[in-house]
Amino acid sequence: MHAPSEMPAAPIDISGSYAAGFVPSLLDPERRTPSLVSGPNGKAAVKRFNVYRNNVTVSLIEALAATFPATMRITGETFFRAMARFHVRETPPTSPLLFEYGRDFPDFIARYDYAQSMPWLADVARIERAWLDAYHAADAPALAPDALASVPPERLGDAVFECHPAARIVRSAYPAATIFAVNRASGPVGPIETSAPESALIARPQLDVTVRQLSPGADVLLSQLLAGAPLAMAATAAAAADPTLDLAAVIATALDAGAFTAIHHGG
Amino acid sequence: MSILTGHDNRLAMANPRLPKHEIAGLAGTSFKHQHLPAILADDAPGGFFEVHAENYMGAGGMPHAALARIREDFPVSLHGVCMSIGGPQPLDKSHLARFKGLVERYEPALVSEHLAWSTHETTFYNDLLPLPYTEATVARVAGHIDEVQDTIGRRLLLENPSTYVAFPSSTMSETAFIRELVKRTGCGLLLDVNNVFVSATNQGYSALAYLSDFPLADVGEIHLAGHAEQQDDEGELLLIDSHDGPVADAVWKLYELVIARAGPIPTLIEWDSAIPDWPVLKREATAAQAILDRHAPATPQEKIRARA
Repeated sequence: MHAPSEMPAAPIDISGSYAAGFVPSLLDPERRTPSLVSGPNGKAAVKRFNVYRNNVTVSLIEALAATFPATMRITGETFFRAMARFHVRETPPTSPLLFEYGRDFPDFIARYDYAQSMPWLADVARIERAWLDAYHAADAPALAPDALASVPPERLGDAVFECHPAARIVRSAYPAATIFAVNRASGPVGPIETSAPESALIARPQLDVTVRQLSPGADVLLSQLLAGAPLAMAATAAAAADPTLDLAAVIATALDAGAFTAIHHGG
Repeated sequence: MSILTGHDNRLAMANPRLPKHEIAGLAGTSFKHQHLPAILADDAPGGFFEVHAENYMGAGGMPHAALARIREDFPVSLHGVCMSIGGPQPLDKSHLARFKGLVERYEPALVSEHLAWSTHETTFYNDLLPLPYTEATVARVAGHIDEVQDTIGRRLLLENPSTYVAFPSSTMSETAFIRELVKRTGCGLLLDVNNVFVSATNQGYSALAYLSDFPLADVGEIHLAGHAEQQDDEGELLLIDSHDGPVADAVWKLYELVIARAGPIPTLIEWDSAIPDWPVLKREATAAQAILDRHAPATPQEKIRARA
């Protein structure tokens, strides 16, 4: 419990003192009702100020719940809201665009004491955060699935792909993409039969976001390609992760997902 | 939603002139994406739709596709929630630029924001927070309204807030404050009748007296919404502006008084939480439309019919 005298003094700004005096108590339930507000006609303002406290905290918890529904389904609502409340108080948003909020939430989950028994939970949250980024990303036509055929075979190694604005990869040491998929869908969640590492390719060629599972070598290849590496360089990096990787099949998956907008080759 | 394709969206964005839909005398509703198929399948979906500007400040995707589709057939009202016009610090220039971008892209029939603040320093609190009404704050807020109107190149409608606390430092009434803002900036007003009822109950003044003192001639839009009931520290009624249910009877009565006095002002039913199916929301708008129609000036044809 903080005594008011222990609080840091608000910056001195006569015209702005109402905001500076109002906000410290909004996200800190230990603090008293600010002395600059009252009820009308001498009434108290504790419950009145608590309306604002409640609006701020609950609306931000609900913003996280809306962005991370699979994460909440896994933990249960009570667990999720308690975890989200800690995060809201520690890291409130800095943008008025709520769909930008929650970028730090997966890292918070990774170090949240009560979530340590679910080491894959943060990765599921990373996929959900990427899903929302893809949902709001700029519109762009995706490259046709047969585009690679237009590249002369001797130029394939130099081929560079242009990343679609919505395309993203989330890498995981756990079967995060499968766990995401079964918990984001509306149906019942059965036992998950895999423990293999999986990554996720998130894309949105039109309006609907899709999430595809990627094997460990495939995620290396596509991460390199989405970052603009030439195909030969990406293939070398991917071969180090999985020497048996079927490069053509992985690229076909990415083209089918609409992860690219263009392909460039030298000459 | 098979009606929406990326192709449609690009067409809408490429269209240099959007249709101009008249909004005068109409009742509308908040636009919720889950209602889009029902709205497009409805033979008489109603008058206009209002969106929260911030939800359309992403680069692309479904939000813009849905709004572009609605904008083809209906007047749209762009309602900003997070500009923090009532705050002491300068407006966020990048947020203002995004707001201007939406005004240009969608050519809304109405553009509005709140007499409140939501950002302090770098933290966004996601609530409409109150301010004291003084000479200093009226000057600051008027400067912010000037800046918004200069940037977007049109008149802004400013919404009266719902409040739960008072500031002993206030030196003027809310209506005097709002009148002064209109005088200094030439802005219009969005009269939220539910907010009047909520604030009057919470602050212990008469809603009728508030409305008598409110500059109705400058009102360009009206909001109606549901509220919830709690208790204050003294165990007395404290109303919460919750937007999660139908409009209360007392608010409908105040609304009809306003329309009888000021004429048929475009009226929006706000419903943002516990959102019902489209027919329930539409029924509220239909009730508002009936009141607007009762007080509409008769057309020449109707006058002739009435005489015959």
